[in-house]
Amino acid sequence: MVNIIDRRRNPKGKSLANRQRFLRRAKRQVLDAVNEASGRRKVTDVAGGEQITIPADGLHEPSFRKAAGRGVREHVVPGNKEYVVGDTIPRPDGQGGSGGREGSPDGEGEDEFTFAVSRDEFLDLFFEGLELPDLVKRQVKKAEQYTQQRAGYSVSGSPSNLNVERTMRNSLSRRIALRRPKGEDLQALDEEIDRLERAGTEPERLRELIELRRNKQERSRAIPYIDPVDIRYNRFDHVPQPVSQAVMFCLMDVSGSMTEDMKDLAKRFFMLLYLFLERRYRHVDIVFIRHTHVAQEVDEDTFFYSRETGGTLVSPALAMMRDIIEDRYPVSDWNIYGAQASDGDNTPADNPATTRLMADGILPLCQYFAYIEVGGGQAFHVPSDLWRAYDRLARSESPLAMRRVQTRGDIFPVFRELFTPAELKG
Amino acid sequence: MAPNAAVQQQPLFTGLDWDYRDVMRVYDAIERIAHEELELDVYPNQIEVISSEQMLDAYASMGMPLFYRHWSFGKHFARDEMLYRKGYTGLAYEIVINSKPCISYIMEENTLTMQTLVLAHAAFGHNHFFKNNRLFREWTDAEGILDYLDFAKGYIAECEERYGVRAVEQVLDAAHALMSQGVHRYPKPQTRSLREERDREIERVRYEEQTYNDLWRTVPTDPDGELPGGADPVEQRMQRLGLPEENLLYFLEKRAPRLEHWQREVLRIVRHVAQYFYPQKQTKVMNEGCATAVHYYIMNRLHENGQLTDGAFLEFLHSHTSVVFQPEFDDPRYSGINPYALGFAILQDLRRMATDPTDEDRRWFPEVAGSGDWLGVWQHAWREYRDESFILQFLGPQVIRDFRLFRVHDDADEPELVVDAIHDDAGYRAVRRSLAQRHDVARLEPDIQVVDVDLAGDRTLVLEHRVSDGVTLDPGEATAVLRHLANLWGYDVKLYEVDPETERVINEFPQVSPVAPVA
Repeated sequence: MVNIIDRRRNPKGKSLANRQRFLRRAKRQVLDAVNEASGRRKVTDVAGGEQITIPADGLHEPSFRKAAGRGVREHVVPGNKEYVVGDTIPRPDGQGGSGGREGSPDGEGEDEFTFAVSRDEFLDLFFEGLELPDLVKRQVKKAEQYTQQRAGYSVSGSPSNLNVERTMRNSLSRRIALRRPKGEDLQALDEEIDRLERAGTEPERLRELIELRRNKQERSRAIPYIDPVDIRYNRFDHVPQPVSQAVMFCLMDVSGSMTEDMKDLAKRFFMLLYLFLERRYRHVDIVFIRHTHVAQEVDEDTFFYSRETGGTLVSPALAMMRDIIEDRYPVSDWNIYGAQASDGDNTPADNPATTRLMADGILPLCQYFAYIEVGGGQAFHVPSDLWRAYDRLARSESPLAMRRVQTRGDIFPVFRELFTPAELKG
Repeated sequence: MAPNAAVQQQPLFTGLDWDYRDVMRVYDAIERIAHEELELDVYPNQIEVISSEQMLDAYASMGMPLFYRHWSFGKHFARDEMLYRKGYTGLAYEIVINSKPCISYIMEENTLTMQTLVLAHAAFGHNHFFKNNRLFREWTDAEGILDYLDFAKGYIAECEERYGVRAVEQVLDAAHALMSQGVHRYPKPQTRSLREERDREIERVRYEEQTYNDLWRTVPTDPDGELPGGADPVEQRMQRLGLPEENLLYFLEKRAPRLEHWQREVLRIVRHVAQYFYPQKQTKVMNEGCATAVHYYIMNRLHENGQLTDGAFLEFLHSHTSVVFQPEFDDPRYSGINPYALGFAILQDLRRMATDPTDEDRRWFPEVAGSGDWLGVWQHAWREYRDESFILQFLGPQVIRDFRLFRVHDDADEPELVVDAIHDDAGYRAVRRSLAQRHDVARLEPDIQVVDVDLAGDRTLVLEHRVSDGVTLDPGEATAVLRHLANLWGYDVKLYEVDPETERVINEFPQVSPVAPVA
């Protein structure tokens, strides 16, 4: 009478489709929240973000309900200790737990809505629609990956690649050409012989038929149904896969004029850039250069976490970038990108050298060069030396883009702006 | 029926872990008590073992095993999951579905004692209530619901494919906003067939001929007066459109001028779902009370028989106590009257009255007190009542005292709240009446009706909210819902609030035009 069914093996995540619909709907709000979250977090765990709070409007499900704080209500509540008829109770403010508390009829009352997104969902939302501009130079490198491509048929191969259709076609044509007796003919012959044997009227014909049958059976044995010559395998060729190779140079000013705040902003920007590249492009080299009055190529750990400091010279960093390009990243093979973050301070004497390096050495080689100027949060922006110098370069048809970042909240929008493809910008 | 305490049986189980044979054995023991002693009449049971993730999934779709897709369920899932993961809430031990066969979900993590409790509670308590309560019998179709939901899910998925997810979502959003106004609260009179209509007409003519009195012809009539029900255009229009109509979804489905066929069908699906759940809204206290009383009786009997060890019984008592715990109003855990606690207390009180009455009981419940037939009283209550009438009929002074219930008069115009009835002789009835009203869904939900459509003009749809106790609608919410409504209707929508005593308009909402008509 009773049925017990184990449903534990049934697919989980039945509400996955609902969740996707929800996320799509919430995207606008989630993006804002992600942005906010990225500003609030420490640099180190921007990527680990999992808890997002979004305002409930837009996801609100309205219904006709009675307004709180109007009209006359009779509340019945348990746990009377001291009240007698006629006692008055001061009106509890808001949701205060005592006396005449009015829960909404369905028990729902929400202001903000918190939910968990997985790390992957978080990053996907974070970088949705962004890409490196002008990723055009495609070059096949030696040790690159190959893909398999169908390339006709072969007579040898592994059983898993057996092409049954082709094999059977060959077998059929061979059987027709060699006139292998068909199964149904043999069977008809058998029946005929059977009939004649039973009737026993035409011994002559019977003998003939038996002879015929023997011939046919022999022929059938001699000509196999499927012969090794019929067999065909799918053939695959290894085709080298052209990939776009790209290198991103991250140039960060860590000189003494950069306050902790500015460094934090710059690091956040590069952290985003790093995550973005790691997540979106498998064939992107990243070169980290940090500079004071000298430039240093460092690994990512040092880049993000070391606290060294010193004076300010921009040109050595640019020179180093140029040298590295010459050394390791031939312009013909590589898409080259640069991102530089600085407070804009430069030793005045260095400005001409910097401009020259940029204009002649760097920009002609680059697909895109983003300059981020971090500010300490001043209300008015006084154009810095470097900004003025770069601004002249940016005016002409050059791949240079410049943005200012004042607060943490600016980073994500600026980042999105820099890496949103032109056709989506509208 | 008298339990024979002398027969001591082997314990059904001793450990915590369980397999199907254990659950079967427990089920059989429970079934024997349920049938022989409580005379429960249940749908065939189907018990499904699920994991906690699947429980969360089930939460998200109103507890149904299958449901159409909508983002709001994803939202609820996200919330429930977060609350659960953070440890703010536990999960229910079970979910039970009003269907035939009656499906009970039980969690894999439960101990065998918990499974015993859950089976008694859901597979027999709730199941009996679903099968026998009048509201469920009249308004829900237990046999058809799963097939219908299967159809609904498929239909809406098909619509999404054909017309786009956005388009379907828009209709569903609007329909969900009107869901609580999407139920028939009273059975509709059957519409008469043409044949019946003709018979009635013949009957009427015959009656007029029989009672014809020439004198009436000589009575002077008011020259301006028209025959009642005759040419008054408003009356005619109301009659033709079936107005006033309180089931807004039904009205839109049948009358909205610009909806396409599939959109009407989607409205219909949401309306059917709302109607299916409507009895559950009205019987929370009774339904849980019934299930809790049943599990309490069965578990006690199992223990008396020796089929439940003392340890298991203590474990049961622990969960039972937390289920029927009623925090007091000044307790931070207080969030309204616990339906489990109230329902269980009333039923236990009825049992006490029937077997061991006091003088007070004899005064209050002469037909129950001392009758000895507590089970008959229970069965009768389960069959015939809903929360509001159940409380009004059976909430006795003893329970009011135990809960120390008191009534607070809250007039929003007054600076202070007034205690106007407490648990004493003068207050019992007032407390009981108010508590019953607080459980009357028809009173809790605003009474909103379609009253007119300007068919000759700009087709404005006119709604009326009949305000009770001066509690008007939440303006922000109402405007948002009106926007949805206008989108479905395709033309302007107007809502005003009326005091039913004076028929005076208290408040009028600005007319809302459709911004993104779905059609």
